[in-house]
Amino acid sequence: MDFKDTPEEANFRSEAAAWMAENQLTAEDKQGLSRLDVAKLWQKRKYDGGWACIGWDKKYGGRGASAIERVIWDQEENKYDVPSRFFVIGQGMIAPTIMAWSTQEYCDQFLPKLASGEEIWCQLFSEPASGSDLAALRTKAEKDGDEWVINGQKIWTSGAHYSDYGMIVTRTDPTVAKHKGLTAFLVDMKAAGVETKPIKQLTGDADFNEVYFTDVRIPDSYRLGEVGQGWQVALTTLMNERLAIGGGGAGADVPLAMKIAQTVSINDRPAIEDSAVRAKIANFHVQEAGLKYNGYRALSALSRGELPGPENSIGKLVGAPKLQDIASFCMDLLEEHGALWGDDLDFMAGAAQRSYMGAPGLRIAGGTDEIMTNIIAERVLGLPQDPRADKGIPFNEVPTGN
Amino acid sequence: MNFEFSEEQLMLREQARGFLSQHCPPTRVREVFDGEQDYDATLWTSIAEMGWTATAIPEAYGGLGLGYYELAIIAEELGRAVAPVPFSSSVYLATEALIAFGNESQKERWLPGLASGECIATLAHAEGAGQTTAKSLTTSLSDGTLTGGKKPVADGTSANIAIVTAAAGDGSVTLCLVELDHDNVDRSPIQTLDFSRGHATLTFNSAPAEALGDGTITWSAFEGLLDRAAVLMAWEQLGLADKALEQACDYAQQRYAFGRAIGSFQAIKHKLAGMYVKNALARSNAYHGAWALASNSDTLPLAASTARVASIQASLNAAQENIQTHGGMGFTWEFDCQFYYRRAKLLSLAIGSERHWQDRLVTALEQQKPAAA
Repeated sequence: MDFKDTPEEANFRSEAAAWMAENQLTAEDKQGLSRLDVAKLWQKRKYDGGWACIGWDKKYGGRGASAIERVIWDQEENKYDVPSRFFVIGQGMIAPTIMAWSTQEYCDQFLPKLASGEEIWCQLFSEPASGSDLAALRTKAEKDGDEWVINGQKIWTSGAHYSDYGMIVTRTDPTVAKHKGLTAFLVDMKAAGVETKPIKQLTGDADFNEVYFTDVRIPDSYRLGEVGQGWQVALTTLMNERLAIGGGGAGADVPLAMKIAQTVSINDRPAIEDSAVRAKIANFHVQEAGLKYNGYRALSALSRGELPGPENSIGKLVGAPKLQDIASFCMDLLEEHGALWGDDLDFMAGAAQRSYMGAPGLRIAGGTDEIMTNIIAERVLGLPQDPRADKGIPFNEVPTGN
Repeated sequence: MNFEFSEEQLMLREQARGFLSQHCPPTRVREVFDGEQDYDATLWTSIAEMGWTATAIPEAYGGLGLGYYELAIIAEELGRAVAPVPFSSSVYLATEALIAFGNESQKERWLPGLASGECIATLAHAEGAGQTTAKSLTTSLSDGTLTGGKKPVADGTSANIAIVTAAAGDGSVTLCLVELDHDNVDRSPIQTLDFSRGHATLTFNSAPAEALGDGTITWSAFEGLLDRAAVLMAWEQLGLADKALEQACDYAQQRYAFGRAIGSFQAIKHKLAGMYVKNALARSNAYHGAWALASNSDTLPLAASTARVASIQASLNAAQENIQTHGGMGFTWEFDCQFYYRRAKLLSLAIGSERHWQDRLVTALEQQKPAAA
């Protein structure tokens, strides 16, 4: 075992790093620009240099890079403060869906603009009555000549307010079982009848939206896959969640907990000397290090040209509750100062408080803790599915509650 | 990035698993468990013939000169099989102590026998209830004789020699080697909750003893020895944890209640997935521990204590929840669930408890330079 790159990987890394160092955005470049505009500027620069969406085919703006090369690129890019979250859904999840299910014409039309950052896409899946049970969605699409007419409501749609296009899953036949009556489409977010309303989160931010569709007309050519094949299309999107390897993200972590415990006191002694504090920090470190080395094992698999093993599926399930717990623990160490917020945050800009407030969202987004746990039980351990009350029943006869 | 065992190492794992499923099935564990033996002597002989006891001993002393990755792999398989053999005492602790601290003549005298398995050794450290520290040691070495007592000593009934922690005057500490068949050593078997591993109380009445190496060692050097053992112990615990999880999953598929497999209920599913998550974290930490051990990394204290804490937590959880998943049957003498439950707790108490290793982990974090890898 070693943590070194292979010679080919090392070459690729130095080439990527050199390009990045040379082409970084300067403070001047960024002056007066919004976060989104900075992101677009950086994405365009990568595209022009041949470094955008590097895993894609050259004809769409990529460079046919391998999975491990993509990870290496991300690692190098993460060393810089460049916003990339605006493109994750479009480039990471929807583009592979378009490649798999749409026409060559639309691949040629949409993918290069996705790669260059010129157009941003959002994913219109969840609805007020279908979150974890995604296939229970109700937004209707009805055929009218060569067009479809869409009516309904989506929710939790990240970035809908700045997106140019979206991918939507709709119900086209309510008289068959729920997974069988779905159809997926591309949709122009600027079309008449699309209305986006931001949702204010408990953190005070508004990253996602409600999106209303009222008689929105789209051409049949925007359909992805066959009528009734929407579930399979949606699965393609969900399977392409970006490889969440390495990184780890900002927020409350063991180094922060150590720093606070070495700064504050318990019974007039440094808190770090308290054995209960030490036990807690040790347990957090077990989780943090475990995830880190899980990532290393996944990278090793990619480096050999294999797929990461199922252990890689535990990242979010462990990471999100850990963030919440460690943030809460750090706030406890601060005693009453742990409750400070906003302009009155006085310890390390409130990394603990911000993480504490953000963590509930992470435990829900992209599959709740409970759904992730089911996935591990069923797909990794091979345990049977729960019996489902809606199985095989026409969607319009499924009990709904209120 | 190459954070994975080699092809040869993975073949060794397959070979070891096959060997143990044939020579150490649960029925064999039960024979030792229910019988009068302290360990499975036949299994021990076969294990030694396979060269497992010689794995990390240098070739110059009759060993195979392989490395710690191989030993970690064997440890994992022994853990899966709940093997009733004095392997951890003899190999991870006593052999490692001799390699680390023994002088040339001590190595020449003892390592070949340890490699061939003809000699069984153990580490004798614990004295009274609670933690035994440099300050609390009452066993003492003076003029080549050892006086005091150790309790409990794992595999103390079957071992030929023991490496004993002792005070050596003016606050210094020594590791000394004692031949246990001597008249001045009294050993009486004592029971622990794991009936498949013999334990003893050793009493030294001016027993002849020879200090390893130059005579004394620092306490931190002794802790370094325990770090090395902790990595291997973690692999053994991990093997046990995975086996207990597999057993629980099998049972959850077969056992029906309310007209369906109990494994289809989320209450059971989530329990089993929770076991999987703890085991997966423990495995990745054990990988890092094996790397730090094999490469003699400065980060060994952190890597070892992280692996040890993770494996203690995973193995206790898996053994406990395996019984819970089995319901009443898991609580019977007849079912094998108890083997994992007993062994998991025994291993979690050897070489320092969870609290001890949590503390050592944070000490390592405190000493870490910022921005270490």
